[in-house]
Formats: sequence, structure tokens, C-alpha cells
Amino acid sequence: MKILTANRLTDGAVLWLGEDAAWSRDFESAALLDAATADGALAAAQDDPGLLVAPYLVEVDADVSVEKRERLREAIRAAGPSAGHSRKRT
Amino acid sequence: MYRYDEFDARLVRERIAQFRDQIERRLDNRLTEDQFKPLRLMNGVYLQLHAYMLRVAIPYGELNAKQLRALAHIARTYDKGYGHFTTRSNIQFNWPALVDVPAILEALAEVEMHAIQTSGNCIRNVTTDPYAGVAADEVEDPRPWAELIRQWSTFHPEFSFLPRKFKIAVIGAAKDRAAMRTHDVGLQAVRDLNGSLGFRLFAGGGQGRTPYIGQEVSPFVPAASLFAYLTALLRVYNRHGRRDNIHKARIKILVASLGIEKFREEVEAEFDALPKASLDLPQGEAERIGAYFAPPPFATLSKNSDAFDTALFRDPDFAHWTHSNLKPHKQPGYSAVVVSLKPVGGVPGDATASQLDLVADLAERFSFGQARAAYDQNLILPHVRLDEAPGLFRALAEAGLATANSGLAGDIISCPGLDYCSLANARSIPVAQALSERLSDPDFQKRVGPVRINISGCINACGHHHVAHIGVLGVDKQGEEFYQITLGGSADETASIGTIVGKGLAGDAVAPAIERALNRYLDLRSDGEAFIDTLRRVGNEPFKEAIYAVA
Repeated sequence: MKILTANRLTDGAVLWLGEDAAWSRDFESAALLDAATADGALAAAQDDPGLLVAPYLVEVDADVSVEKRERLREAIRAAGPSAGHSRKRT
Repeated sequence: MYRYDEFDARLVRERIAQFRDQIERRLDNRLTEDQFKPLRLMNGVYLQLHAYMLRVAIPYGELNAKQLRALAHIARTYDKGYGHFTTRSNIQFNWPALVDVPAILEALAEVEMHAIQTSGNCIRNVTTDPYAGVAADEVEDPRPWAELIRQWSTFHPEFSFLPRKFKIAVIGAAKDRAAMRTHDVGLQAVRDLNGSLGFRLFAGGGQGRTPYIGQEVSPFVPAASLFAYLTALLRVYNRHGRRDNIHKARIKILVASLGIEKFREEVEAEFDALPKASLDLPQGEAERIGAYFAPPPFATLSKNSDAFDTALFRDPDFAHWTHSNLKPHKQPGYSAVVVSLKPVGGVPGDATASQLDLVADLAERFSFGQARAAYDQNLILPHVRLDEAPGLFRALAEAGLATANSGLAGDIISCPGLDYCSLANARSIPVAQALSERLSDPDFQKRVGPVRINISGCINACGHHHVAHIGVLGVDKQGEEFYQITLGGSADETASIGTIVGKGLAGDAVAPAIERALNRYLDLRSDGEAFIDTLRRVGNEPFKEAIYAVA
């Protein structure tokens, strides 16, 4: 399974493609895409360069946990910096 | 410091207008990202993990109070309240929106700053010794030469599309406080037997995945011929540098593959063939630019200050701070002061908007309105009266800017790492923070003395780990961060590349391992021997043993 992500053109914010085909700032709302739909969704995103920068697919397993190599990077993209002045305080 | 003339001002304004138009065309989709990306990079705008990043040039690290306030304003208005000083004496803003970039560039232009040539395959911001015009050992103030190189290289049509980026450092003394030999070209001002000024010229230094120390191309390029010689050298690079493989495109690879003799022959042949008269510096130009860097109106003072001595006696914290953060000044009764951007547990190189405003105020009160950004990610107030150091210390301490660690174990250099950077493989900041906490005891740092610890989150080595006495390199193994330790690097006039000691450590094992290595040094050192000297005398083995010892 895959999820589709990109940065927003105007401010670079991280976006995920949601279930309702709308782009969301929230990783939790990312839609799980199967092999058949993923490539189409990516192609559509690439055709929308007025909104998005650098869309790409991320491999995830069934519980939407990102696979190996990209796991940490995608976790940081989803949660924001883990340290420093702009770390999200919880 | 240098002030823009009408040409500088016009050039910066025209570039903003051009880039504003390019941004508008990107936003309404008349430009694709593929078309726009090289244009935004030429203006210092990167896309990082969470947002755009704007890298602003601080030419040879020199800042005035007005500029610091403009940076504070940008941090407050367009970012999340802070900026990050880099190892190239630039400042990066991590959160600007693309739509705000033209306004940010306008605010910078108001104070004679810009983001031109902070990215792309061109000649980048020229760096220098942060103690230029301060250090007693310099044969020539390197800043006018750095400024001349800036003017010569800005929008240079022949050198705007080099095989890869090109970094130049200029120093004015035999002692290298600017990591000069890690640059594509390094220049050291020297004088010949007649007292004429020239430059010892090094080329082919660089870090990244294949680090090299720069090698001497010429022992003496006469000052008047500097630009002809640089032109010849860049032409050789432009012609023969590889464009087919980004990892082999830097001049260091060309110098290494040709060998320094052959490279020198090529440069000399090109130099001989150049119409030099048209490239020589116009008569009086060096003096004209040099005048901008005239010493400020120093008071005539005794080299001792009663107020200073009294404060040393009364305030142990002040005394402790002076040991590490006050640097010698050639003017009697003055000192250069390191404003530490390395608080215990902090992010190396980060400064908040209010800290930037405060440093601006303090620069005006104590240092003729001048400040500097140094390659070790600290700020410097270059001309402070010893009399006034106690007052300055109190003001800095209140704002968390007086950590007494300049040049010591707590003065860690770190890149932003995977918390921000889209190139990184591992995080750097949390490792730097853990290390800074672990080594925070001021007495321990004082006992250990000078040691350089640098952290990079990937092999591109923005954190200069290759030339650290103790380097830390983050790597990714199947989605987990590991950190390799290197030993024996150095960025000064005895420049060397560190060697990896062994297998990578988990993030939380790095700080204890480095602490053990420092303790091993305390056991092994002879009298007066600094960490790097002991390491060079005894070799890596005892330190490796300490690093991998199970606690």
C-alpha cells in the first residue's frame, strides 16, 4: 500500500492526499492507495503543479506505518522537527 | 564596513524585481517547478522537509546593528522567531512562505543584504577570519580582498554555470581561523621580501563524500594579478571539471585526478595566455575598498583595565567566561568577544529574534555597531573595551548568550540534520543537544581545554565533521539512525581529515562515548598538550578503545 504526499507550493507545507481526494495537512487523514490507484493519483498530482511541489508516493504497511528507509524522514515530515525552536510543544 | 554604491544597490533591486516576477509566474502556473527550481535556487530559496528555506548571505561574516535588526524583523515576521547561522557564516530562515520571499528580500535590500549566490553552481559567499582587523598576527586585513572577490564574482557571466558550487575563503595570517584549506580555493595573504602583498593560493579543498585538504597551487600570486589568476584557475575548472556526475563535479576531484603539478601547469598556461591588463585591479581600487574597513576610532587605553581586573576578582562567572570567550585584540585595552550561540542543550547556531535585536543593541553600545558571524556558528563583537566587558557579560548572560565555551567541548558545530534538511540521513540537533548536556560541566570543559567537536547529518558534511578533532556523522540503516565517530581531523593551518574509528553508534550512545574519549585524553596528555596534540602523538587506538568501552 502507498500514501501520496507533496509540499504546498505557496509555503512548502507538507500535504497528504486524503480519502476524499482532498489534500490535507494531517498525516492521519492520508488515504491508503493500492497499486492500481497510486500511480494514477501521483500522475494527477503531477498535473497540478499550481498547487503542489514534488509529489511522491510513500510505501506503507497495513497499519499505515512507513517502511524502513523512509520511516524516520516521513515521521519527521508528519510531526515537524523533533528538536529546536520550532518543535511542536505537546 | 563596506557600504553599497549605486551599482550594488541597483543590481540587488533589479534582481528582486526579476525574482518577484518569477515567483508570480510560478504561483499562477506559467512556470513549472522544473523551470522555477533553478531560478529560486539562484536566489537562495530551497525546499526543505517542512517548508521553504531562505539562505541569506553575510559577506565574509560582517554585520552591522541595522542588519542584525533586519534579520530579527524577518525572523519575527516571516519565520518562527529565529534564524540559524551556518558554517559558511550565512543565516538560514527555516519557515518562510514562498509568497513572502519578495518582501523578505526587500527588507534585506533596505540594509544592503541579499540571498544572491547562496545556492547554485556559482561562486558562493566568500568567507574569512572572524578576527580580521582584530588579530595581531595578520599581515593584511583579508576583508577588502573578500569584498573585491564578492564584487568580481557577483553575476560573473563566465562563472555562473560552473560544474558545481565554488567556495572561496581568504585569510590574512599564517594562523587559519577560517578553515581555509577546506575550500575550493583558499587564499592566504603574504608579503614577499620587498614587502609587496600577494596571496598563497590553495585549491581543491572540500568536504562531502570525498574530503580533501586544499593543496598549494602558487606560493605567491601578486595582489594586482589576483583576479587574472583566479580567472585562469576557474577557466581550467570550467573546462575540465566533470559535469556528468554530481559527486565528481567539485574542483577537488579535478585537482586530485590531474595531480597538483598538472593542475598547476594548466592554470599557469591559462594565466600566461590571458590579456592580464584587462583583469588587473584598477589602480587605487584596493585602497578605495580598503578604506571601508579602516579601524574604528579606538580610544587610547592602557593594556590593563582596573574595572576588568576588579570584576575578575569579584565575579567568578565573569572570570570563567573571559577565559574562553574573550579573544586578544591588537588594540591595547580592547578585546574581541564571542557571543555564544551554544547554550547548554540548545541548537548550535540558532538565534532568536530578541537575541538578534539584543546583539544589535550591544554592538552599538560596546563595539562600534559591528558584529560578525563566525564559521563555528557563533557571533562575535569584534571591538570591546576591557573596561566594558563586565557590563557586556551581564547583558549577554541575561539573554542566554554568555555560555563560557568558545573553542571548548560545548562549542559544538552542527548542521540542521534530518529535523529540517531534505538531504540528511539522520538527525544532528538532538545528538548535539545530548552531547552539550553531557559535557556541560564548566570545570570539565576547562580541564579538557580546546577541542573541536562537529556533527553532520549526512556525508555532505555541512557540519564539518571531517575536520573536527572528534567528528560525528549520522547515517541511516534501514530507517534507524547510527552515528560514526571520526578522530583526528583539523581545520586550521595543520589541516587534516579525520578517520572513522569503527562501526556506528546509536544516537544515545554518542555523548557517553565522546565523554569517555575526552577522559582518556585527560589520562594520556602530557603537560600543555591539547586534545589534538595527544591524539596525534598516541594515535587513534586508545581513543577508539574508550569510545567502544562498555560503560
